[in-house]
Amino acid sequence: MSDQQVDQAKRTWLIASGCAGAVGGLATAVPFVSTFTPSERAKAAGASVSVDISALKPGEKLTVEWRGKPVWVVRRTPEQVAALKTMDGQMADPNSDRKAYPIPEYAHNNYRSIKPEYLVVIGICTHLGCSPSDKFQAGPQPSLPDDWKGGFLCPCHGSTFDLAGRVFKNKPAPDNLEVPPHMYLSDTSILIGEDKKA
Amino acid sequence: MAEFKVAPPDASAGEKLLTWVDNRFPASKLYKEHLSEYYAPKNFNFWYFFGSLALLVLVIQIVTGIFLVMHYKPDAALAFASVEYIMRDVPWGWLIRYMHSTGASAFFVVVYLHMYRGLIYGSYRSPRELVWVFGCAIFLALMAEAFMGYLLPWGQMSFWGAQVIVNLFAAVPFVGPDLALLIRGDFVVSDATLNRFFSFHVIAVPLILIGLVAAHIIALHEVGSNNPDGVEIKAKKDPKTGHPLDGIPFHPYYSVHDLLGVTVFLMAFTGVIFFAPEFGGYFLEYNNFIPADPFKTPPHIAPVWYFTPFYSMLRATTDVMINVLVGIIGLAAVVTFLKGNLPSKAKLAVLVGAVVVCGLLKTFDAKFWGVVVMGGAVIILFFLPWLDRSPVKSIRYRPSWNKALYAVFVVFFLVLGYLGIQPPSDIGTLVAQVGTLFYFGFFLLMPWWSQIGEFKPVPDRVTFKPH
Repeated sequence: MSDQQVDQAKRTWLIASGCAGAVGGLATAVPFVSTFTPSERAKAAGASVSVDISALKPGEKLTVEWRGKPVWVVRRTPEQVAALKTMDGQMADPNSDRKAYPIPEYAHNNYRSIKPEYLVVIGICTHLGCSPSDKFQAGPQPSLPDDWKGGFLCPCHGSTFDLAGRVFKNKPAPDNLEVPPHMYLSDTSILIGEDKKA
Repeated sequence: MAEFKVAPPDASAGEKLLTWVDNRFPASKLYKEHLSEYYAPKNFNFWYFFGSLALLVLVIQIVTGIFLVMHYKPDAALAFASVEYIMRDVPWGWLIRYMHSTGASAFFVVVYLHMYRGLIYGSYRSPRELVWVFGCAIFLALMAEAFMGYLLPWGQMSFWGAQVIVNLFAAVPFVGPDLALLIRGDFVVSDATLNRFFSFHVIAVPLILIGLVAAHIIALHEVGSNNPDGVEIKAKKDPKTGHPLDGIPFHPYYSVHDLLGVTVFLMAFTGVIFFAPEFGGYFLEYNNFIPADPFKTPPHIAPVWYFTPFYSMLRATTDVMINVLVGIIGLAAVVTFLKGNLPSKAKLAVLVGAVVVCGLLKTFDAKFWGVVVMGGAVIILFFLPWLDRSPVKSIRYRPSWNKALYAVFVVFFLVLGYLGIQPPSDIGTLVAQVGTLFYFGFFLLMPWWSQIGEFKPVPDRVTFKPH
């Protein structure tokens, strides 16, 4: 075998056709791998959701579903907004500096929102994923401290959050409620799932 | 091609048929090579049951799986109900399902024991490296198979277990979130995820498993089985027959022997199926009898018991652990630099490498390194044949303190498994961290410790008392 002459021209063509075959094989893999990516239906369900907030009165909340999770939009009263600042000392992470659920830059402020009046958060407790209940009524009540100024109480393990979605100190939940990417389309309409960066 | 044989004229019809087949397909040849003339060492002990038992469980899983698929519906809206339908309405469906769910745990029981056998008797040593490597690949495939199968009942543990594990992939730097999206096929674990896991569990991974099992056995029969003495039986052959003096034909000697193992195994297996199919929440977790609810996480998520040693290592990798690792790597690099018997260029390379690794350790999240540790704990097994530098194979002829070392290894593995089931606690994390360091130290320092100590003389022939 070794004493046979190598036909260089034939070898070149064998290598070339081998490479062409490999390229074809790789190209065929593309559609197969693509089927793993979210389908059009999944993308539609995971797409951004626009919310009409024109009917939302001060002190009310509305819930929309985005990517299978509840997203809350709360219109805070001026008193509730004013109360936020006074509670910094009781919070585990008053300035949202932890990185587990990074807060978008436009909401990285005292109110954790673009406009002080409207809070937009994902209504899933950062402890183990239960959905906290509304406790907007201020004052003493069961399971809550006497100086309660309104917020949320997680029924599963008792984590409490203020009306900016910030978790109180010494509670099971480690993080503040997550703020989803969102932007205002107009004064009365919010788009949840997309922001100006994207 | 073999010579064309002709059966003698007075041969029986059966013999003629076999000759006809043998001329076209190597039936007799395969039978002889793998059964009637496959010579296995005559000194096999208790530990040698688990290979054939693993094969038995594989068959049980495939057969019961085929029947389960006839009634199961891989649809997020129907899956949970279809499993309950199998349990309640399909005649004897509960038995098939419990055989399959118990079989999953039994598979890991026998495979862990089978691997431990290889570990103590040096069955991975030359020339059996590929037998071991194929075996590790089987273990990896088995873990994938078990993980994806666990999603199918679509209970709370199925859902949240998958959610947690898939989110681990999201910890990979740069491509993580896209990778997790690619695995789920949706933004949360959903119908798309269930369907693809079903496809992998039922078709793709079993095909790979069967191929790997075939490769494992072909490689084993090429080199011949090791034995508790770690003596090569092929070194001493009968000059007349050419068969190993210490070997006996697999069939009938070990086929009958294995029947004993099968009998005892089936007693335990059916005992669990009939009297404790959930096995106290370890084989089937209680939370999995609640349908999957993406809005409500169970209070405590734990993987099934066979994953927990590795899950413990994942949880043990905290920021503190990273600092300890950086310290250890730094120390090892400095010691190598000062004392190592290497050319100075290689020493410099070690130092630079250590700095780079430490830099990476501190750059990326501990969460990501936890994933690396968990994966590394399995991958490291592949390299065992090249880590062990001991002059003897079997634990029987290694220094006596090796036995204590292996005992500590087993204890730590079990403790890690126990801790992985428990909710996280400070003391538990600390113990898991020590266990993780011991696990990796055991393997990574093996090139050194396996050469130390006084080795006992290895006999020429296997130790065997006729009975």
